[in-house]
Amino acid sequence: MPKKVGIEVSLAVSEAVCAADVDVIPAYPVTPQTHIVEHLSELVADGELDAEFMPVESEHSAMSACIGAAAVGARTFTATSAPGLALMHEIVFIAPSLRTPIVMVIANRALSGPISIWNDHSDIMAQRDCGWIQTFAENGQEVFDLIIHAFRVAEDPEVLLPMIVNMDGFTLSHVIEPIELLSASEVSQYLKPFEPQLVLDPKNPVTMGPVGVPELYTEARQQAESVLNGSKKVIVRAWKEFAKLYGRSYKPIETYRTEGAEVVLMTMGSVTETAMTAVDRMREKGIEVGLMRFRLWRPFPHEEFRRAVRGIKALAVVDRAISFGAQGGPVCSKVKSALYGAPYQPQVFGFISGLGGRDITVEMFKQMVKKAIRYAKKGEGPVYELIGVRER
Amino acid sequence: MAKVDAITGWRNLEIGCAITEPGSSRKLKTGDWRSQRPVTDYDKCIKCGLCWIYCPDMVYSPTRDGYFKWNGDYCKGCGICAHECPKDAITMIMEGE
Ligand code: SF4
Ligand code: SF4
Repeated sequence: MPKKVGIEVSLAVSEAVCAADVDVIPAYPVTPQTHIVEHLSELVADGELDAEFMPVESEHSAMSACIGAAAVGARTFTATSAPGLALMHEIVFIAPSLRTPIVMVIANRALSGPISIWNDHSDIMAQRDCGWIQTFAENGQEVFDLIIHAFRVAEDPEVLLPMIVNMDGFTLSHVIEPIELLSASEVSQYLKPFEPQLVLDPKNPVTMGPVGVPELYTEARQQAESVLNGSKKVIVRAWKEFAKLYGRSYKPIETYRTEGAEVVLMTMGSVTETAMTAVDRMREKGIEVGLMRFRLWRPFPHEEFRRAVRGIKALAVVDRAISFGAQGGPVCSKVKSALYGAPYQPQVFGFISGLGGRDITVEMFKQMVKKAIRYAKKGEGPVYELIGVRER
Repeated sequence: MAKVDAITGWRNLEIGCAITEPGSSRKLKTGDWRSQRPVTDYDKCIKCGLCWIYCPDMVYSPTRDGYFKWNGDYCKGCGICAHECPKDAITMIMEGE
C-alpha cells in the first residue's frame, strides 16, 4: 500500500513525474518557475531519475525543446507559470498540431499588470484555445493523480496530444498536503512505455511541422480538432482504470450536494474546497445549494455538463479570470454557450472573484449564492459582476 | 496559386500533418509566381557551376556536356544566379516576354 506523506505539492509533482519515469525535462529554471523543476533537477543529479534535464534560456525554448524531445519518442515533461506560459505561447500551439504528447503542469497565476505573482486563472485562460487537453486539480492528491493520468492519455495512440494539468499557484504549489505517492513500480502497471507512432529518425526520414499551404491548413486543423474532441472517451476510460488500480475515482465534472438544489455554484480548482464549506453551512441553514466543478476543461465535457444541470434552477458560475471586454469570465461564457439549444436550461449568473491572489472566502461564496437566488426569483440579474471589489 | 499534387481529405493526412515520403516537395511546383526568369547565354558560359551552386532552389542540373540546365518548375526568379555568374552569361528577362 502506498503511504501518505506530508509533502509540498510542487515536490509531489516532481515525485509523480519521477514515478512516471520521464526521459526529458526541458525547463526554464528561474522565476516564475516553482519548486517542481528544481526538485526534478535534484532527482536527476542524484541518479534517482534517469532523464535528461535541460535548463534552457527561456520558456519559448523550453516548449521548443519539449516538442523536439517528444518528436524523437521521449516521454517529456515541463512546468511553468503565468509570464513563462505567456512567453511560450507561440510554441504552445505547435505541440498539439505536431501531435507531440508532452505533459505540462501549470501553477496557475495572474498575468501582469499590475505586476502580480499570485494565484488566479488568467494565465491558462489566455492559452484556452491552444489545442491541449486541460484538466484542473482541486488538491495535492489530485494533482499527483492527474499527472499520472495525463501521461497515459497524452501518449494513447488514439490521442497523441499534449496535456496541461492545472494547479493553483501558491494555494496548492507552495502548500504542504498529505499525499499518497505512488512508486514507479506501482505506476508502471498503469503507464506502459511510450510507443510513438512517428519519430524523427535519420534512418527513416519524416518531416514534422511542414508548411500548411491554404489547400491543406484547414484539413490539418480539422484533424487536430477532431482528435481533441475524440480524446474525451480515452480520458474517461483512463480515469476508470486509475480507479480500479489505485482506488481514487475521477470524472470530467464533480458534483457535491446538488440534489434538489435551487442554486449550484460552479468552480474550478482549489477554491472548490472552500465552496464546499460554504455549501455545508448554507445547507445547515436550509438553503438548497449545491456545487459543481469542472475537472476537464478541454475538451469541454458538453454531454456530461448538460446531464449534470438537469433539474437545477440556477447556476452561479465563479470565474477566476476576466475576459476583457467580453462582459463575463471565460468559464461562464462557455457554460452559457454549452446550454444554448439544450433541452434543459438553468438560469446562469456569472461572478468573477479571486483575482491576483485575493482569497474567495466562505462569506463571499454565500454572497454569490444569495445574489443568484435573488436574481433567479426576479428572473434576471446583471450580465456578470465582480465579487469583493472595493468601490471606495 | 501554386499547383499542389498532394491535395487530400483530412482523414488521409499523416499524424500531425507529417510528411513521410522523402523528397515529396518535388511535387509542389512553385515556379509559377516568378516575375522574371534567367536565360543563359551558352556562348559566354565557362561551365564554372556557380549558378548551380548558388541557386537556393536547386533549379539547375549539370548536363552531359558540362553546362547547367534550368528547370522552370521551381525557379522563383530571385536573380541570384545572374548576380553570381562571373561571365555575365545569365540575363534576367521579364516573364511573358
Ligand atoms: S533566378 Fe533564382 S531561383 Fe531561378 S535559377 Fe536563378 S538562382 Fe535559381
Ligand atoms: S555561373 Fe555563369 S559561367 Fe558559371 S556555369 Fe553558370 S552560366 Fe556558366
